Amino acid sequence: MNLTLKIWRQKSAQDKGQIVEYKVKDISDHMSFLEMLDVLNESLVAKDEEPIAFDHDCREGICGTCSLHINGEAHGPDRLITTCQLHMRTFKDGDTIFIEPFRSKAFPIIKDLMVDRSALDRIQQAGGYISVNTSGNSQDANAIPISKPNADESMDAAACIGCGACVASCKNASAMLFVSAKVSQYALLPQGRIEAKDRVTNMIKQMDKEGFGNCTNTGACEMECPKGISLNNIARLNREYLVASI
Amino acid sequence: MSILNSKVPEGPIKDKWTNHKNHINLVNPANKRNIDVIIIGTGLAGGSAAATLAELGYNVKAFAYQDSPRRAHSIAAQGGINASKNYMGDGDSDYRLFYDTIKGGDFRSRESNVYRLAEVSKSIIDQCVAQGVPFARDYGGLLDTRSFGGTLVSRTFYAKGQTGQQLLLGAYSAMNRQIAKGKIQMFNRHEMLDVVIVNGKARGIIARDLVTGEIERHSAHAVVIASGGYGNVYFLSTMAMGSNATAAWKAHKKGAFFANPCYTQIHPTCIPRGGDYQSKLTLMSESLRNDGRIWVPAKLEDAKALQEGKLDPNKIPEEDRDYYLERRYPSYGNLAPRDISSRAAKERCDAGFGVNKTGEAVYLDFASAIQRYGKLQANIQGIVNPSPEKIIALGEAVIEEKYGNLFQMYEKIIDANPYKTPMMIYPATHYTMGGLWVDYNLMTTVSGLYAIGEANFSDHGANRLGASALMQGLADGYFVLPYTIGDYLASDIKTGKIPTNTPEFEEAEKAIKERIDFFMNNKGTHSVDYFHKKLGKVMWDKVGMGRTAQGLKEAIEEIREIREDFWKNVKIPGKSDDMNTELEKAGRVADFLELGELFAKDALDRNESCGGHFREEYQTDEGEAQRVDEQFSYVAAWEYTGKPSEAKLHKEELKFESIEVKARSYK
Repeated sequence: MNLTLKIWRQKSAQDKGQIVEYKVKDISDHMSFLEMLDVLNESLVAKDEEPIAFDHDCREGICGTCSLHINGEAHGPDRLITTCQLHMRTFKDGDTIFIEPFRSKAFPIIKDLMVDRSALDRIQQAGGYISVNTSGNSQDANAIPISKPNADESMDAAACIGCGACVASCKNASAMLFVSAKVSQYALLPQGRIEAKDRVTNMIKQMDKEGFGNCTNTGACEMECPKGISLNNIARLNREYLVASI
Repeated sequence: MSILNSKVPEGPIKDKWTNHKNHINLVNPANKRNIDVIIIGTGLAGGSAAATLAELGYNVKAFAYQDSPRRAHSIAAQGGINASKNYMGDGDSDYRLFYDTIKGGDFRSRESNVYRLAEVSKSIIDQCVAQGVPFARDYGGLLDTRSFGGTLVSRTFYAKGQTGQQLLLGAYSAMNRQIAKGKIQMFNRHEMLDVVIVNGKARGIIARDLVTGEIERHSAHAVVIASGGYGNVYFLSTMAMGSNATAAWKAHKKGAFFANPCYTQIHPTCIPRGGDYQSKLTLMSESLRNDGRIWVPAKLEDAKALQEGKLDPNKIPEEDRDYYLERRYPSYGNLAPRDISSRAAKERCDAGFGVNKTGEAVYLDFASAIQRYGKLQANIQGIVNPSPEKIIALGEAVIEEKYGNLFQMYEKIIDANPYKTPMMIYPATHYTMGGLWVDYNLMTTVSGLYAIGEANFSDHGANRLGASALMQGLADGYFVLPYTIGDYLASDIKTGKIPTNTPEFEEAEKAIKERIDFFMNNKGTHSVDYFHKKLGKVMWDKVGMGRTAQGLKEAIEEIREIREDFWKNVKIPGKSDDMNTELEKAGRVADFLELGELFAKDALDRNESCGGHFREEYQTDEGEAQRVDEQFSYVAAWEYTGKPSEAKLHKEELKFESIEVKARSYK
């Protein structure tokens, strides 16, 4: 298939970016979206032009490195996948595709489609852990039985890949889904209860400090989340935060 | 007498580690504050080591080329992590895990290291649970396990199909706690480009800030390489796009011996290749072999029809199917180890029985598991005389709960429903058992330079068993290195900060800058990927699943030609003082082009077949790998002398005192 791509190009954080149009030809519908961009980049290198910078690494939907707003949706039109798992069969011959970076005040652009998501790391550093040192003599793993439903729900929350699609999809650029996933993972486990109050307080504080917006329950984050993280986690986060605040 | 000293402690195998820990030097907590450690890579090995060393009080500087430590490729490990907990009461023990690992490695690993690995495996599970890793549990609230290849017990702990992700996020959370305290200084989007040696000791690195392009000097009292394996030498593999061998290769060029480069794992269950545009291959977890049955048609005419797309595999009757793993290896069946399963798939496909249009795919079929689980669920739910449709629906629900994410991944790539039509799979490069040679303390042949996780060679011999990479990465990082590095650093308590304004740092930095300038000014004709793909093809065709002396000699010649062409004709657009992904790739591919040659040289030198190294000249009448123990029961550790072709071989003889060496059989 032949496509028209309208891609955001920006030399650096300071530079004023713009949309640049590219044409690609003979794209196979078995290609992944990023392989299509590889083909474009190869052709740019051949013409002595700078290739388009975009983040990607594992290309199997788990590392959370890839991003991209494709036709106005984080990770593109398909559901429950990341951009690297998006395949060209989702598009039709002759389509025009807009490709932009994840946009949020807390995610400054590094170059072209690459953004700085270290704000998410700093939220985790504020409390996204259980304070236990490596010792080799902590209690036996089976000494703490955990009900299967709780363990499963904790796992579902822990499946977050930290890609930032929730932030990019939210009209308020809120990171609530991301924060709630980590808070929920620990809140559902007995090991996590001990520091629960400090954790939620500190993570929310850091979230606000980074410049993320507030949640107004639009649900766009859940809709666009490649891992299907549920809005229920935000409800749990609010409850945890309320309990910690009183 | 070899110059290699493995420093294996004396005494019976089960006491070696305890005795060693009791007698090595310790650094007192006040002194640890004055000692810096650099760690390259933040996967399971690097991340767990960084967190643990910081907890102990050392100042850690951690480096990752990714934008966050959480993105290291350990995250992609799906199936699970082994531990000899024996929670299932099925006869597991440290000895059995040790035995399975040594046998799985085809008797080419160091006995003492493997026993230690089995010994500490239990602590890993305890540690991860304490950290809040949400492992799968049964209805009683206790931990669940499953079986992996090459074992007869159920010792693999898992978190859905995302075990690597959950373990890595556990290590990442432990790192975050230390980053917040300032005990770990994290350098994201930084790539190590050389190690700096001062007076024979590793004392720092040269790194490039990938965002600004700035070349930086960092010093420390010890340097730990935890940068993973070199599987991307094949271009196509299940590694991440950025996975590279540069840190390990630069260490090698500065004096660290490189061991057993030819031991590579080709994983049997990956999604088959598509077209030339393909950028990477995707693994389907080995855990699928708990329930999936592997087969090809028994009749060539059926295979032909499948290849032409004229036949529905579901229409092939049971008697016309060849479940070749069950046929050849009745006692392990579909759970035969990876090297054996991969070769068996290749053998069938080479004989013309492949099932997709390229003839390079076999089926992994869940129909009988769906039936089995469906009937079981009907019984549990008290459904009398369930309809065939009901049984299938119930069975599919069980399969979805167990492997849903993998099935979804498959469906997105192949555009076919694996619940209804059998999956198509084919082997792909997945892991490298070879790596930097290390002694029992995980130190390389350079003082103060350590290698942990996949970057070292020590535990998996010639073939790694499933769910053992996670185990080794975390064992090294949480429970081995933090002890052994203290033994070395105890002599550094009075050294003070290592200055970076010395000739050694200057010289290393100059060489890096010259290389970058060369790339930027070389007005070549081809992109980096052009050369990488050429190298990958030679590696796969001639240094892949089946190797011959003739093919390896050709490969060495061809790699040299590609390398010469690369240095003449590679083209890098953009600038060096900027984010420049082509420049990053150029450096990595330049190193792969040297490593690839040493890889082929090692494979040519090892005139036997063992584990993942299959020399077609050395096989039994039944097509199994044939070791030549009298001549090759050693670790091949290569010393760099200026060119890969002139690398000098050092041998570490392998002695097996606690285990009887025999032919490896899974029949």
